[in-house]
Amino acid sequence: MEKVSTKLKNMTDTNLLLTITIVVFILMYIGAVLFQGKGFTKPQAFFNILNNNAALIILSCGMSIVMITGGIDISVGGVTALVSMCCAVYLDYHNGNVAVSMLIALLIGLAYGLVQGFLVAYLDIQPFIVSLAGMFFARGMTTIVNTNPFNVENADFVALKETRIIIPGMGSVNKLGKYVDAYVEIGVVIALIVVIAMFILLRWTKLGRSFYAVGGNKQSALMLGINVKRTKFLSHMICSTLAGIGGYVYFLHVGSGAATHAQGAEMNAIASSIIGGTMLTGGVGNIIGTFFGVLSLSTIKDIVSSAGLDQAWWTGITIAAMLCIFLVIQSVVMARKKRAIRK
Amino acid sequence: MSAEKANVKKNKAFTMSSLMRNQIFIPIAALLLLLLFNLIADPGFFKITLGYNSAGNPVLSGYLMTVLDNGSELAILAIGMTLVTAASGGQDISVGAAIAIAGSTLLRALCGTNTRPEVLRMPVICAFLISCLVAMAFGAFNGLLVSIFKIQPMIATLILYTAGRSIAAWINNNELPIISDPKFAYYGGFIPGIPIPTPFFIMAACVIVTMLVLKFTNLGLYTQAVGINESSSRLNGLNPVFIKWLTFVILGLCVAVAALIKVSRLSSINYSVIAKDIEMDAILAVALGGNALSGGKFNMVASIIGAFVIQLLTTTLFKFNVPSDALPAYKAIVVIMLVVFSAPIVRSKLAEISKKMKNPTVKEVA
Repeated sequence: MEKVSTKLKNMTDTNLLLTITIVVFILMYIGAVLFQGKGFTKPQAFFNILNNNAALIILSCGMSIVMITGGIDISVGGVTALVSMCCAVYLDYHNGNVAVSMLIALLIGLAYGLVQGFLVAYLDIQPFIVSLAGMFFARGMTTIVNTNPFNVENADFVALKETRIIIPGMGSVNKLGKYVDAYVEIGVVIALIVVIAMFILLRWTKLGRSFYAVGGNKQSALMLGINVKRTKFLSHMICSTLAGIGGYVYFLHVGSGAATHAQGAEMNAIASSIIGGTMLTGGVGNIIGTFFGVLSLSTIKDIVSSAGLDQAWWTGITIAAMLCIFLVIQSVVMARKKRAIRK
Repeated sequence: MSAEKANVKKNKAFTMSSLMRNQIFIPIAALLLLLLFNLIADPGFFKITLGYNSAGNPVLSGYLMTVLDNGSELAILAIGMTLVTAASGGQDISVGAAIAIAGSTLLRALCGTNTRPEVLRMPVICAFLISCLVAMAFGAFNGLLVSIFKIQPMIATLILYTAGRSIAAWINNNELPIISDPKFAYYGGFIPGIPIPTPFFIMAACVIVTMLVLKFTNLGLYTQAVGINESSSRLNGLNPVFIKWLTFVILGLCVAVAALIKVSRLSSINYSVIAKDIEMDAILAVALGGNALSGGKFNMVASIIGAFVIQLLTTTLFKFNVPSDALPAYKAIVVIMLVVFSAPIVRSKLAEISKKMKNPTVKEVA
């Protein structure tokens, strides 16, 4: 009975934050359409947001899972850069094939998850420090693998990169009066699959529920018979593997290897998760929210850049302001909940 | 200390383990290990030469002086970071961005809108005070989010981390003022006639002030009390919200001092590069000092030594021609090794093993 009631409370919390996120996103998009005019009304504008942020969506899903379990992983941006550099070098300098390069990306992710998960879960070291070192290592390794940025010219890869999935009925007429089909890239499909898979994992599997339990309260999770260490380990494992996949999607989008790739991606992923209603204290969060978090974050970026405030600093300041607002909302929600429990 | 000595007299076998239990052991051991490594690899590391710089002033140079010089701002930041860590159980990741803001303010106050001023608009000390106020205001903002809104420090400071460098660029309208007055370069370089780099003196002054404050006020005690148990410290009549907020303001002050040194080194500023990744180094310094990153007890001396260990590591890697972009990879390996070694689980396992090796005849009691 106790378990059911706490779960109910968590769920309402999650739903409340999720609703806030979705409403904010819709309002923002409507605002963008109203004030910025035609650009945002075309379906392709929305699909472009997806195209540009497919990798970030995947990274944020992993980040949400770690954060729900009560940890944090700031190495995802570094892993993304490492994956794209390794794959780029393999494809171009060693004439590799595309399937093997995907395997490399997965393996890098898995290796990261294995090491970080072990250090965090079994040696009980703070996840922040472990993933900080992980980020340093990934960024350093990227320059060791290859210093100079370069574009990949491998024919198979370029073909895959150029593949567009056309969405029927969503096209629009361009300035020349020609009908242009709306499209998404392959990365978007992968991202959507990841979102659905992670949603199912969190909502309907035992493992997903144990993530919430461990993040909510480690002691009671232990008493419920959940293997806390293994759960933590698996959360880092999933996050890093998704970072590997996200890294490949990023690579597929930009088609080059560079040490400066995905700079600050970890911060964007954390910000998206928070905007999407994942609580840093653990135990509360939702993948759908994270998905909308990424969309909100990139919509506001688009609004800022199309509003003529194209000086670089405005983007940083608006994202920070938005993050600030959402954090304060979260904190108010938490405070109200605590007061309700006390009553 | 006396209890430790008594312990030593009682049983000599305990010396090693009691030493290992002392918090300051970790950074000093790391320091000695690094120095030993350098001694074996190349004794030239320890050579200090007296030369003359372009202005004809005597200057001490050598790798050790580089460590002292560049480690100074890190040590200053480590002071504030230790307090923040102890009180709030989290870290401030915005110090690098805050340094950019403080430095930008400093230059704006000195130069106004003219980017190549012949004469400074005000004495450096006034500009420094202004930048102190600004940095403390941003620290207060972070502290507000952490103490009143109860947001985790790392995430609350993520806001300033994201916006800080943009704000810094905005303060100076994205222009890069250059100060030609040689006196301004003294703070990050050398004062004529004194061969030891000035940042070292600034750092020493900061450390002395901190030590005096910790000795004569209850700041240290209160921050530890708040960090160990917030609600019981409140029941004991402390104000945890104010103390947490205060630690962030103190960190803001440390940031302003570090910014003065950083900006003075260049006599200019580069918003996206200045003090890049310094927040990571500062946090590592605290961790290396053996302070729990989850808050509570702290040891200021250990943190400061930790800062110099980090700088020594950086300098050592530079000496072996590691390109600056690849530096983080090596640093990460060393850090992971240190953290694994100092993890409580690993240490207790090691202690068990060493006990077994000493007394192989003692039977295990389940």
